Amino acid sequence: MLKIENLKASVDNKSILKGLNLEVNAGEVHAIMGPNGAGKSTLANIIAGKEEYEVDHGTIELNGEDISELAPEERAHIGVFLSFQYPVEIPGVSVTNFIKTAINENRKAKGLEEMPAKNMLKMIREKSELLEIDRKFLSRSLNEGFSGGEKKRNEIFQMAMLEPKLAILDETDSGLDIDALRIVANGVNKLKSKDNAVIVITHYQRLLDYIVPDFVHVLHDGKIVKTGDASLALELEAKGYDWIKEEMIS
Amino acid sequence: MSKYTEDDLREELETKEYEYGFYTDIESETFAKGLNEDVVRAISKKKNEPKWMTDWRLEAFRVWSKMEEPEWANVSYKKPEFQEIAYYSAPKQKPKLNSIDEVDPDLLATFEKLGISLEEQKRLANVAVDIVIDSVSVATTFKKTLGEKGIIFMPISEAIQEHPELVKKYLGTVVPTSDNFYAALNSAVFSDGSFCYIPKGVRCPMELSTYFRINEGGTGQFERTLVVADKGSFVSYLEGCTAPSRDENQLHAAVVELIALDDAEIKYSTVQNWYPGNSEGKGGVYNFVTKRGLCETNAKISWTQVETGSAITWKYPSCILKGNNSVGEFYSIAVTNNYQQADTGTKMIHLGKNTKSTIISKGISAGKSQNSYRGLVQINSRAENARNFSQCDSLLMGNKCGAHTFPYIEVKNKTAQVEHEATTSKIGEEQLFYCNQRGIDTEKAIALIVNGFSKEVLNKLPMEFAVEAQKLLEISLEGSVG
Ligand SMILES: Nc1ncnc2c1ncn2[C@@H]1O[C@H](COP(=O)(O)OP(=O)(O)OP(=O)(O)O)[C@@H](O)[C@H]1O
Ligand SMILES: [Mg+2]
Repeated sequence: MLKIENLKASVDNKSILKGLNLEVNAGEVHAIMGPNGAGKSTLANIIAGKEEYEVDHGTIELNGEDISELAPEERAHIGVFLSFQYPVEIPGVSVTNFIKTAINENRKAKGLEEMPAKNMLKMIREKSELLEIDRKFLSRSLNEGFSGGEKKRNEIFQMAMLEPKLAILDETDSGLDIDALRIVANGVNKLKSKDNAVIVITHYQRLLDYIVPDFVHVLHDGKIVKTGDASLALELEAKGYDWIKEEMIS
Repeated sequence: MSKYTEDDLREELETKEYEYGFYTDIESETFAKGLNEDVVRAISKKKNEPKWMTDWRLEAFRVWSKMEEPEWANVSYKKPEFQEIAYYSAPKQKPKLNSIDEVDPDLLATFEKLGISLEEQKRLANVAVDIVIDSVSVATTFKKTLGEKGIIFMPISEAIQEHPELVKKYLGTVVPTSDNFYAALNSAVFSDGSFCYIPKGVRCPMELSTYFRINEGGTGQFERTLVVADKGSFVSYLEGCTAPSRDENQLHAAVVELIALDDAEIKYSTVQNWYPGNSEGKGGVYNFVTKRGLCETNAKISWTQVETGSAITWKYPSCILKGNNSVGEFYSIAVTNNYQQADTGTKMIHLGKNTKSTIISKGISAGKSQNSYRGLVQINSRAENARNFSQCDSLLMGNKCGAHTFPYIEVKNKTAQVEHEATTSKIGEEQLFYCNQRGIDTEKAIALIVNGFSKEVLNKLPMEFAVEAQKLLEISLEGSVG
């Protein structure tokens, strides 16, 4: 599904990604871990098409198509979804209005009619139940005054509504309490299928207890320096990152 | 297009063309340019006005001749050459129209271009439209339904003939002829406008609405509106404006007077979309408007405005809260783009006890425009327990525009409670990226963010207008992408 080859990227002439390779197939869950400032969010933003990042080298392919020249909304239209580490506030725009607009813009891009209000309502009901989101919450201004956990839950609600092909969850677990973590993780698991893929960026094993990854990658200094199975995350939890850094030097 | 930088955004905003930039060639009758007592007399004669009206105009003209154009607003422009303006223009038409077939077909075509075909308006339940084109009303609908309730809604020129006692009693009582330069000018030369009277205890069963537009090159338009809500009555009045593209600046100096007697309520909503000039700042309407309402005991006046047009806007819909327990409200969205300049706001004059006022102002600036809020809250010494709440929010797009807030607060009674809040924000790259990431393109994202920002005011508009206003906001701020 996603194929990144030798990706080098920078911002303001500062090199951040330094030759990164990653291949994700449909039906897989990949976890990306790594120390603060390693470039995890940068990678997520670049896949989503954020303009401030300059791709200096390499390719990003989605289902065989080079997407590096596509605008962010065009990438969204072909199924890229990013759950933001820090979701922004949009005052005066309700969660409902926002998701309605997003869904209809995606449909428009595909040449489809707007979703009938009845279907939209049904879908909102289903997905908000799945994520145990209170109806009242949906009428609030997007992310305005949301607690950290509410913001993250709302990101996954949007993911559930948009049904992306490739979902990138950037530290969705941070800010969630223990119950919320379980609810959100279960939600993600329910949305998983053989046709879509999930990249989970996290610092902690506890999320991976619920969303079990097929692969775990360690991103360090702009490169993926180690890849393993789910057990690698446990090892990192126990030992930290120093041993990997040492491994690299030797 | 894969990149969308600040510069692209700005460029996009600046390439928007005026939607209603056409000009319909309707044969019209125009006076020679210039203004003096004879012209004032001629206007009055043309309209067959009684002597008291002619005298009233002449008095206003004399006052105006001695006045100076105000300089205090935060706008700069080339002063209109008042002797270069033709002060009367009326579409040539049959004197009385009994059916729509009698209306000039070109005129009807114009309405259709504006999306306000009369036929449609007639069918649209609950909206009576008094369409003013180039200073003379050419069609009045729903008169009968209103008549049954004793409601008078007609061109002010007709009201002067048919209800002189009412017009004489109220005209100029809220905005005296000597009030300000533009009001004096308007009083001298106004050619038409609307008059509305709601009898005691009557709830007007429909939104009354008027569409104004300017249609004759170089003709100043001086509308005069007078709305009187008698004791315990209610009326919601809608005013919407569009105008064709013109090269030379067009002066518009309207006066609107509202009178809400005891326990009456007037809701006055405006959507203003006059030609703002092109992207270089050439052309566009100069809009100098005096709007003021008077509230007697327990009365309420709400002004709601969506201002997207005009090159220069100078406009302060105000409330004089004379009666005890009276309420004044001002909800405003002002959008400026390219080289537009707006200096707008309100005055809330608290005279009575327990008077309350609310001001919500939303300014949106893009391009190289300047957007100023100017508001006065005055609590007089007799106004025990007066309350005011003001909130002024500014939204900036790009780095070349300006937003300014000039709140003036004068409190002469210790029991007053006055609150003022102001915020300024920018549409951020992060917000746009967030929307883009969800599949919403930048144009739609801006519309969404702007609508969200303006929501508190949009919610105050009557349903029919809210949709139109929302569309107008989008048109005002967007070009077609790519
Ligand atoms: N827009 C930017 N401008 C300047 N520097 C940036 C920008 N974005 C990222 N960086 C820098 O790039 C490096 C990688 O940042 P990134 O946010 O990708 O790290 P991360 O792996 O997600 O870290 P964390 O675990 O703390 O979220 C950091 O040094 C960061 O300061
Ligand atoms: Mg990060």
